[in-house]
Amino acid sequence: MTDEQQTIARLIEALPYCAHLGIRAHGGDTGMLLELPFSPHLIGNQTIPAIHGGVIGSFLETVAIAQVLWEGAVRPTPRPVNVTIDYLRTGRALTSFGRAEIVKQGRRVLNVHARMWQDDEAKPVAALQGHFLIASG
Amino acid sequence: MGKTPFTASLGAEVLTGGDDVARLRLPWSEKLIGDPATGIVHGGVITAMLDHCCGMAVGISLRKPAPYATLDLRIDYMKPAEPRREIFFEARCVKIGHEIAFTRGCAFQTTADDPIALCTGAFMFTGRGSLAALIPADGPV
Repeated sequence: MTDEQQTIARLIEALPYCAHLGIRAHGGDTGMLLELPFSPHLIGNQTIPAIHGGVIGSFLETVAIAQVLWEGAVRPTPRPVNVTIDYLRTGRALTSFGRAEIVKQGRRVLNVHARMWQDDEAKPVAALQGHFLIASG
Repeated sequence: MGKTPFTASLGAEVLTGGDDVARLRLPWSEKLIGDPATGIVHGGVITAMLDHCCGMAVGISLRKPAPYATLDLRIDYMKPAEPRREIFFEARCVKIGHEIAFTRGCAFQTTADDPIALCTGAFMFTGRGSLAALIPADGPV
């Protein structure tokens, strides 16, 4: 992990909501790699058991933000304009991972795609497409 | 219905309305913060609560309980939530089909016509067999 990735990782992990979820951030080849260890308080469906869809959405949004920070596109925290989340598979009681890419960097808005998986990156649990505002205010 | 370990961990409360609108209240707490400089809650908090509220709206529109899962969710963030204030969530199921239920939701702090965020969610029934019996005869259209 580079110094830059280390700085962003600590920043992400220190956000109170991310700390509540238990998100950990690492550096990857193409940017940031985020990890969400399973914890009982993340459950949305106790019978399966499955991670709450809202946890998955929150994690993916954080994955997108981490990548935006790493690419140096905006400081401090980018503001979401909108996000669309596709739920593809059940989020099981396992550790989840996520990475994102900036698809288009405009002058005002960034288009970011993020995906989350568990034991196989080729079988994503969920995918997010979002727009984030560059200009503050 | 309405309580899960996750939403309980955020401090969310289910509000009862006695109608077909699902309502949640989320009291302010430090753990919701996504931007420590301003104290603004993490966008994911709004996403999570709207997902939950839309899911509840599906549940209260069914004749009898059936398993379903979020298929997709779109959130538009109108403005940041004001720090240190509670947030309310409302959602309605606009259509229940045999396979899919469609919902609309809203997050606000003062009134629903001044939203923090709006959302559209689709839910898929995951159980086996016909779900026709689940659809309310005079249900939402």
